[in-house]
Amino acid sequence: MMIIRIAMYELRRLFASPLAWLLLATIQFLAAMFFYVLLSRYLGAAQSHGDHGLTETVAAGTLQITGIIVLLITPFLTMRLFSDEQRSGTINLLFSSPVSVTELVLGKYLGVTLLLFMALVMVALMPLSLLPGTPLDLGLLAAGLLGLALLMLCFAAIGLFISTLTAQPVTAASATFAALFLLWVIHIAGSSAHGALAGVFAWLSLLRHFNALLRGVVSSVDVAYFLLLGSAFLLLSIWRLDAMRTHHW
Amino acid sequence: MSADTLVQVEGVSRYYGEHRAVDQLGFNVRRGEILGFLGPNGAGKTTTMQILCGVLAASSGSVSNAGPDIVDESFRAKRHLVYLPERPPLYRESLVDEYLYYCAALRRLPRARQGQAVASAKQRCGLGDAGGRLIGNLSKGYQQRVGIAQAIIHSPDVVILDEPTAGLDPNQIVEIRELIGELGGDHSVILSTHILPEVQSTCERVLIIHDGRLVLDETLDSLQNNAALNSVSVALRHPPAPEELQGLDGVREVVSLDPCRFRLHYRRDADTPTAVARAAVERDWGLYELVPQADSLEETFLRLTSGAPAQAARPA
Repeated sequence: MMIIRIAMYELRRLFASPLAWLLLATIQFLAAMFFYVLLSRYLGAAQSHGDHGLTETVAAGTLQITGIIVLLITPFLTMRLFSDEQRSGTINLLFSSPVSVTELVLGKYLGVTLLLFMALVMVALMPLSLLPGTPLDLGLLAAGLLGLALLMLCFAAIGLFISTLTAQPVTAASATFAALFLLWVIHIAGSSAHGALAGVFAWLSLLRHFNALLRGVVSSVDVAYFLLLGSAFLLLSIWRLDAMRTHHW
Repeated sequence: MSADTLVQVEGVSRYYGEHRAVDQLGFNVRRGEILGFLGPNGAGKTTTMQILCGVLAASSGSVSNAGPDIVDESFRAKRHLVYLPERPPLYRESLVDEYLYYCAALRRLPRARQGQAVASAKQRCGLGDAGGRLIGNLSKGYQQRVGIAQAIIHSPDVVILDEPTAGLDPNQIVEIRELIGELGGDHSVILSTHILPEVQSTCERVLIIHDGRLVLDETLDSLQNNAALNSVSVALRHPPAPEELQGLDGVREVVSLDPCRFRLHYRRDADTPTAVARAAVERDWGLYELVPQADSLEETFLRLTSGAPAQAARPA
């Protein structure tokens, strides 16, 4: 399978450079720090918590923080995908090979999401490590992990698209960060606008849909939001790369 | 299209916005020949080659590749033809073997044949023991070899090389040229360059492109034979008046290069160099240099690509 071959090569190149290791370590370190802080705060004030459970505060809290860390990290992972290929000329190898643009985009996308999912598994191990000592709401945890996974799929697709736009990895990274951050906080614009516009802004916000999943509410609207956003950007990437070959500018 | 023609280019044009990079280009590539593709910088060489191999689409015209059109049936066409850009498309952080296996997979070689293809490409390009090395750590000459190895890994019919010797040291240049010469037997090679001696030493046929138009399509042999005049360069310590040189046997034109140096253009049937040497001794001109100029290619190139607007090529 061409897509898997491309994904594997992409992953192998990622791990051949220190970048992948560094980013995985950063995600793990920051998530572990917040996990520890949340856990010790929960233990210190166990009585006053009342109806809030361990899973809801510690596990969901850790996943939410991880979402923000992933937002900061993804631009550095996706910037290389196509920007680097354009800058170093290796894009010629791909374009002149009997490989379709769709296979290229999906292969690279799969490679980078596999790396992000490794981080997801590592982060998920932390709340799961509490399991021998105390019962967890596994359903709630699963919903939260699903939310984080969807978030990663979405971020990677946006980053991948932006990396097709420029041959400068740094430009790609900054633009990706700006786009992700905008989608994250756009509900703030929603709270100050009125009427239908407010609803649109609020609905567009990644944070809102992510939070719903973290609360354990798996609604098809939220899942569809992430899937639609992700596939839209993948489709745009395919169009954009096709246009690089055929358009006359 | 005859059975020997592997690539047929017809009326290909390409625009970048308003700018016309390639204009109504047409030529053939025959099986097993090494084709020199010459032109000044910015003449449209790279654009043409990118169109040939399907990296760019032509604005108009067609490229047929032993049958399939590069755009309509690009998958099949791309397996027959491969393009090596000036900067070889290498992943610096990969090992040579890792990279070559990936290229073999990209060209859709069946997994069972990949190992053998990688081994034979490495052997042909003299990369025998470099398989475990990091591409980024190789010298430029070796990187170029890896580039050529990935290009021939699926034994394409046509290999397009864009300035393959740029930035190499003289030894590496000789080695790469030899490698290109060896490729000629099994593959057709299109060699783009602006180094004329390279074409003279490796190619059989030469195309010259200027301002996006084809201005010459001829074999090197007929180019040498058709040159109207031969020329010789002479250096004299006590030069006579140019008129005196003009009077020698067969001389048509005298160009004064500096006070002591002249270039004489003479009729092909005359033995002007001998006449010059004899006259120099008899009249004490102090002859210290007498160099035959066998660079009809260079003259043709300069004549066709300097200044004057391009004209359509004569048929080969």
